[in-house]
Amino acid sequence: MTRINVTVDGVRYSDEVEPRTLLVQYLREGLGKTGTVVGCDTSNCGACTVHLDGTSVKSCNVLAVQADGHEVTTIEGLATDGELHPVQRAFHETHALQCGYCTPGMIMQACDLLKENADPSEQEIREGLEGNLCRCTGYHNIVKAVQQAAKDLSSQAVGS
Amino acid sequence: MTITEDREAQAPDAPAGEVGKARRRKEDQRLITGRTRWTDNIQLPGMLHLAMVRSPFAHATISSIDAAEAKGAPGVIGVFTGEDLKDIQGVNITAWPVSPDQKTPDHLPVAVSHVAHAGEIVAVVVARSAAEARDAAELVDVDYDELPAVLDLKEAAKDEVLAHPDLGTNKSATWQLDSAGQGSGGDVDEAIAKARDGGIVIEREYRQQRLIPAFMEPRSTVVDPTGEQVTMWSATQIPHVLRFCIAATTGLPESKIRVIAPDVGGGFGGKLQTTPEEFATLAVARKLGKPCKFTETRSETMVSGHHGRDQWQKLTLSAEKDGTVTGLKVELMADLGAYAAIVGGGVPVLGAWMFNSIYKFGAYQFNTTNYYTNKTWVDAYRGAGRPEATYAIERLMDELAVEVGVDPLEIREKNWIKHEEFPFTTVAGMTYDSGNYEAATAKARELFGYDELRAEQKRRRESNDPVQLGLGVSTFTEMCGLAPSRILGALSYGAGGWESASIRMLATGTVEVVTGTSPHGQGHETAWSQIVADRLGVPFENVEVLHGDTQIAPKGMDSYGSRSLVVGGEAVLRAADKVIEKAKPIAAHLLEASVDDVEFKAGTFGVKGTDKGVTISEVALATWTGHNLPDGTEPSIDADATFDPDNFSFPHGTHLCAMEVDTETGATKMRKYVCVDDIGTIINPLIVEGQVHGGLVQGIAQALWEGAEYDDQGTLVTGSFVDYTLPTAADTISFVTDHTTSPSTYNTLGTKGVGEAGTIASTPAVVNAIVDAVRHLGVNDIVMPCTPERVWKAIQAGAAVTTEGERDAAPHFDEGAPNQDPASGASEGSDQ
Ligand code: FES
Ligand code: FES
Repeated sequence: MTRINVTVDGVRYSDEVEPRTLLVQYLREGLGKTGTVVGCDTSNCGACTVHLDGTSVKSCNVLAVQADGHEVTTIEGLATDGELHPVQRAFHETHALQCGYCTPGMIMQACDLLKENADPSEQEIREGLEGNLCRCTGYHNIVKAVQQAAKDLSSQAVGS
Repeated sequence: MTITEDREAQAPDAPAGEVGKARRRKEDQRLITGRTRWTDNIQLPGMLHLAMVRSPFAHATISSIDAAEAKGAPGVIGVFTGEDLKDIQGVNITAWPVSPDQKTPDHLPVAVSHVAHAGEIVAVVVARSAAEARDAAELVDVDYDELPAVLDLKEAAKDEVLAHPDLGTNKSATWQLDSAGQGSGGDVDEAIAKARDGGIVIEREYRQQRLIPAFMEPRSTVVDPTGEQVTMWSATQIPHVLRFCIAATTGLPESKIRVIAPDVGGGFGGKLQTTPEEFATLAVARKLGKPCKFTETRSETMVSGHHGRDQWQKLTLSAEKDGTVTGLKVELMADLGAYAAIVGGGVPVLGAWMFNSIYKFGAYQFNTTNYYTNKTWVDAYRGAGRPEATYAIERLMDELAVEVGVDPLEIREKNWIKHEEFPFTTVAGMTYDSGNYEAATAKARELFGYDELRAEQKRRRESNDPVQLGLGVSTFTEMCGLAPSRILGALSYGAGGWESASIRMLATGTVEVVTGTSPHGQGHETAWSQIVADRLGVPFENVEVLHGDTQIAPKGMDSYGSRSLVVGGEAVLRAADKVIEKAKPIAAHLLEASVDDVEFKAGTFGVKGTDKGVTISEVALATWTGHNLPDGTEPSIDADATFDPDNFSFPHGTHLCAMEVDTETGATKMRKYVCVDDIGTIINPLIVEGQVHGGLVQGIAQALWEGAEYDDQGTLVTGSFVDYTLPTAADTISFVTDHTTSPSTYNTLGTKGVGEAGTIASTPAVVNAIVDAVRHLGVNDIVMPCTPERVWKAIQAGAAVTTEGERDAAPHFDEGAPNQDPASGASEGSDQ
């Protein structure tokens, strides 16, 4: 067992974990952060995407011990002060989710994409989400959601 | 933190009522914030975790199982073999023996003596954590005696190697629909014989490759046996059917079983199953008296969750010289995999009424022969039987257009049912109540820019552009709303097709709607709320929709076959009408008026010719107190309704696809996709569009990318998301979707169903477009998925054929020598 200190969604945790524990397992089973989910065992689906120090990672592809001393944000910590994150809002408004299983990962990845590129083209959005699979939406409305979120975020930036 | 609706885009022509409004979904709030209830999230005190030991062999007898080492591993509570669970594990049954003499092998959840496909469960390890269970599963030592396995469908038909030696044959059943026999049309052999003499006969053999549903949430089951009832949570589309099957096969009384489908992450038919994993988890939990959980890995889903499609289709279409169709004969071979699954042999049969599609054939015959092989079982996958049928007929119509020398839209129009001919009884014996193929096609044509794209195609062809353009057409129909119980009975299906709903009028003004449908992404909570809000005149926000728990929604037939809205939505509406009926005399009493003078409008009971009124919520409160009711009145206005449809509904649409094909590399690229669907009345256009988009991509994926492949040992080589190539955002484009509306006449709202439309229609549209792009190079078929390699090879082979005549379809099918285009690599996988 190894001791790790991690901040998850703004709360500091100190836990003993088995070295082989994946970050996603630690989040789900250790902390009850079940908003983050597992969709595959080959790091292909992206359902488990979270932010590690602000950058998206597939949490099934990171060991819990690698998060030691770092900050993790999950879908559960994305909304702040009772306000949905613009990407969350955009997913809702454009109907970018059906069963919602891919959604946490998709939203976390979309946030990362928009951080890297505030004004992406449709093709850039599509390529930026290539590591996240969705079986329900055909991606059409997910692309629309990211486009809308990009607009909202930029008008927010201008506004502030 | 709630979702605000301030930006809800309300078009100026938005409907006044709820029905037809693009309501944002009620379901979303939890899903976008991670406040979800997936089965795998459930943790119960003392809960144990299961891991499955699975056969690596496709066909073998089990000679011994040594679990001693596993039993001693850290955290392990026990190891159970099929033998240990034999008395209580139940059996995975099929609901649809398609013929009285169907051969059906027993399908035990945990194999006892033999396995019939790789991935079958042979032992279950129980430990305190999932990781410990998985570690210990590696230590279970199983001795197998390997048997020869039959893997290929056409090999299976020869009966040389048997998937189940004790059955004596691989053939499960044959099933026929013959228009002459049942009196719905002429004799197909006569029609074909006639066409051979001066008419047109088109003979083709098409392959429907095996697909994997690939819902995103892996299946998971939790069983808590500690209560008075055994509770099972499962990632299933069919909690009610599952409860029935458990009761029917395990000895547990139905009243002692509660099944809950909490949040379920997609299904597409893939969770329309009662699984070995569910039965095994139940059996182990009962043995140990402890809550148990099993969550599969994705690799397990791929080998154990049922697959879809997998048919060979032999087709003969006859027509007059001018292209008027006269006959269609369909001979299918369907691969059921190792076992008859819950719909099982019925999946190909569901195509029987759909091969003739929207066209006026004079004679028709459908035959399917279903076979077992030593591969993963096959069952419903989005469309189930209907995509296969639509693919065949829409590919054939293109071939006919070529033969006659006219545009593919023209040949379709020549043969389809005209809008003024509805209701129309087809050659298969189905009565289509409504539709307007002309209107949908005209709209699609315009949105697509059909003529401009044809002109571009011509330019590219003339200039010998290495990148050729092809246009693909699919004017599909489907039958939705499974299903009239009487028809199911006539087909020997084991259950009915009704749906149930209850409405509870709460004292404080909110309304609970209980539905027997079991959504897993379709947005029933939102759509049913819209229906009820309109009907009862209560705010959308005041309606709560409850589902997916046999204790809360005790009656239901669940969600599949585009049935939820058409059948389940109608039940909800009828329950609402009953509420109004029951409330009316109470309202009249409260208003001191005669019942005949009371009318209900927009949520209020009013007295005709006065401004006196009482709202339905006020009536609900008065009923709850019971202080002042008419004499002898039951103090309840709650109501139940169960709706059994008289017929199916028949959505249709015109899908147009433009594909660019690089003739030098075989690479294909989708340029444009337009679809105009007629799904009757639309409750929520936003949800409908989403269903169409998702369906389209699944259908396009069959055409271009997906296919389950086995090696010659019977190992699934596309056994993970690395090898089974699901489309990503980068592979797909944005679509143009639109609608025309001819309401269904079989239900009050006029709805028809949309869940499967995109998948059913899109596959042939894409393949037709690719073939259209390279037909001048001598190609008339490409086996799906149309990978660049296959396209390239088809072009190479086509180019080698020099005269037109050599490319024509042979006049007769030769046994064992399918008359496919030589370019298409007729034996599947030969070009892998
Ligand atoms: S669970 Fe699929 S990528 Fe992490
Ligand atoms: S919404 Fe179901 S997988 Fe994306």
